[in-house]
Amino acid sequence: MLDKVIFYFFAAIAVGSALLMITRKSAVHSAIFLTTTLLATAGIFLQLRAEFLFIVQIILYVGGIMVLFIFVIMLVNLDVAAQQIQYSRQKWVALALSLALAGWVGTMIWQAGQLPGQGLLVRGAAAAETLPPNAEAVAQSLFGPYMLSFEIASLLLLVAMIGAVVMAKKKV
Amino acid sequence: MLPVSHYLILSLALFIIGVVGVLTRRNVIVILMSIELILNAVNINLVVFSRLYGDAAGQAFAVFIITDAAAEAAVGLGIIIAFFRNRETVLADEMDLLKW
Amino acid sequence: MMNHLYELLKIVLASPYTLPVIYGIVIVAVLPLVAGYVVLVERKVMADMQARLGPMRVGPHGLLQPIADAVKLLLKEDIIPEKADVWIFWLAPIVSMTAGMLALAPVGIGPAFQIAKDIDVGILFIAGISSLGIFGIVLGGWASNSHYSLMGALRSAAQLVSYETAAGMALVSGLLLGGSLQIRTLVEEQAKQGVWFVALAPIAFFIYLVASIAETNRAPFDLPEAESELVAGYMTEYSGFRWSLYFLAEYANMMVVGSVATTIFLGGWLRPFSSVGGAAGRAIDTVPGALLLGVAAYCLYRAPKQPVTVQKLVMVAVAGLCAAVAAALLAPVFVAQALWMKPAIHGAFWFLLKVGGYIYLFMWLRFTLPRYRFDQLMRLGWYFLIPVSIVNVMGIGIALVLHWERGMHLALALGLTTLMTLVVAGFLVRAELKREEQLRQAATGDAYAG
Repeated sequence: MLDKVIFYFFAAIAVGSALLMITRKSAVHSAIFLTTTLLATAGIFLQLRAEFLFIVQIILYVGGIMVLFIFVIMLVNLDVAAQQIQYSRQKWVALALSLALAGWVGTMIWQAGQLPGQGLLVRGAAAAETLPPNAEAVAQSLFGPYMLSFEIASLLLLVAMIGAVVMAKKKV
Repeated sequence: MLPVSHYLILSLALFIIGVVGVLTRRNVIVILMSIELILNAVNINLVVFSRLYGDAAGQAFAVFIITDAAAEAAVGLGIIIAFFRNRETVLADEMDLLKW
Repeated sequence: MMNHLYELLKIVLASPYTLPVIYGIVIVAVLPLVAGYVVLVERKVMADMQARLGPMRVGPHGLLQPIADAVKLLLKEDIIPEKADVWIFWLAPIVSMTAGMLALAPVGIGPAFQIAKDIDVGILFIAGISSLGIFGIVLGGWASNSHYSLMGALRSAAQLVSYETAAGMALVSGLLLGGSLQIRTLVEEQAKQGVWFVALAPIAFFIYLVASIAETNRAPFDLPEAESELVAGYMTEYSGFRWSLYFLAEYANMMVVGSVATTIFLGGWLRPFSSVGGAAGRAIDTVPGALLLGVAAYCLYRAPKQPVTVQKLVMVAVAGLCAAVAAALLAPVFVAQALWMKPAIHGAFWFLLKVGGYIYLFMWLRFTLPRYRFDQLMRLGWYFLIPVSIVNVMGIGIALVLHWERGMHLALALGLTTLMTLVVAGFLVRAELKREEQLRQAATGDAYAG
């Protein structure tokens, strides 16, 4: 019961903020609504007992990426852009195609839901009390079988850091 | 945990909103933010199935995606700043230097 | 009807969510008052270090000053700049204050007082929610539609982001020694190993001290809100109630940072020498009560010397309060029936004492050191603290591997790696001094200078 309430609450906030995000004229407002969406997604992670991912989402996405976005929005003068037309010329075609895609995938998901056992390999998720401590489980997965991916991700971050610094310099 | 289809519909909704944002908006910064939304929707999907099957690999993959999103946001915003310094515009329609 | 109410009450009381909700409400209600009195303590400490008396007029010995300040701030005119974004202007201080208060949730004031009990990622939760406070600052500066505010906000946010990495790495050193992210486990590990982690990782504690001063925008890192530099930085256009929310957020942040440092490095709610039992243990256990009885006796001694009757009465009342708390502290030690209260009350006392000491250190540094210039501040963060903290994490990792795999004694291994970290820090300091020397020579060796 509590699970359901929490899920619907965060889901409503996530979808509502996302809709508001793509329709605002001011970029700062869009950034704030994206932050709200990300916080709601973090709430959904918490509801799914993925506590490590909940806090990593808040630290990295909200505390890192969104702060970066807001910095850039404040450094770039967007007053002119706010007075222009906000939507491109292909907006109706894009909307129609996206809704068609949504309808198609949505029907697929709904039909899968009608299958016995929902077409899944397991009956249902394990009870929350039997889960191992989440941070340890993720750490064992990251530093165990997926160590190579971990190292490659750190290399990617290094490359991105150097790239961003070079790109933002005034003279090269 | 609720039935899986609930989470999948939520993930689909966020994904489609992100796609509409990328295809429809002219402001490049909003396009970048919509891309972040798409990546987030995928994250929800991964975590749901990770919880369902009890395998932490899904959450590890989600961590990698968040890392990627950070790197991509940094580089993308660097490009926007560099472009804005030259052309004083952030509208995607006006970034047409490579057009024939 | 009464039956239904009774049933509802029973369900509410039995639910595991009731007590945390009550704790939460208590903290939200009490925190503004506590922050106000911390401000009073700061003004008195500032006065003491500047050889004067501080607020003495409002209430006896200035004890009602925070209430007077609160009333003034609430009744002040609410000014919103002309072209400010009203919605974000209203939202920004709320975000700051919410982040500050939310970060207090997993903090364990004693083994029994935790709002978010046993959250699996306790320390990371506090670090993450503190990083949400950056939003409040940046949005506040932008929404004010004023140059000073925007510059102050961007500088402050840049400073916070820079020192967050160093603070996080310093915390990781403590977490390596503790072996878990949970707050309760960290303190229990310190009890098990019989030594506070500050003795095992002193460099990490020092880095965390410096980084946390920068994280809370306190002097000597308070350029973004210094009065002589940027008016008041991001808080320039805020007046009255909104400003008090920002202020509250700053003091709540100070308490959060103090709590984190106490939990990881200073032993949380453990008393000094917590593994020593027997007679020596009981002697240490009587120290809190004896301390407060001493304070009560001093108050009673000073009471007749007050010039005004009201002040005499207040001194006697304070003495009575201290004596009551001392009785509550001494009761579990000497009365066997009250032994169950001991971990909670003594734990809370030691925790609050340590956090109070940490905050006193903040205030001491504020009134002693001059302000850092912004570029010096960023150099310190990026060129010194982050490399040293990363080397420290590596060092502690190596020491732990040596201890677990090779069986080397922990103190020896940690001593060796601390030495290595100090050598690296020395190299960085030497490079910095050489650079400054070069800059000075370039400045004075100017051929066209007069």
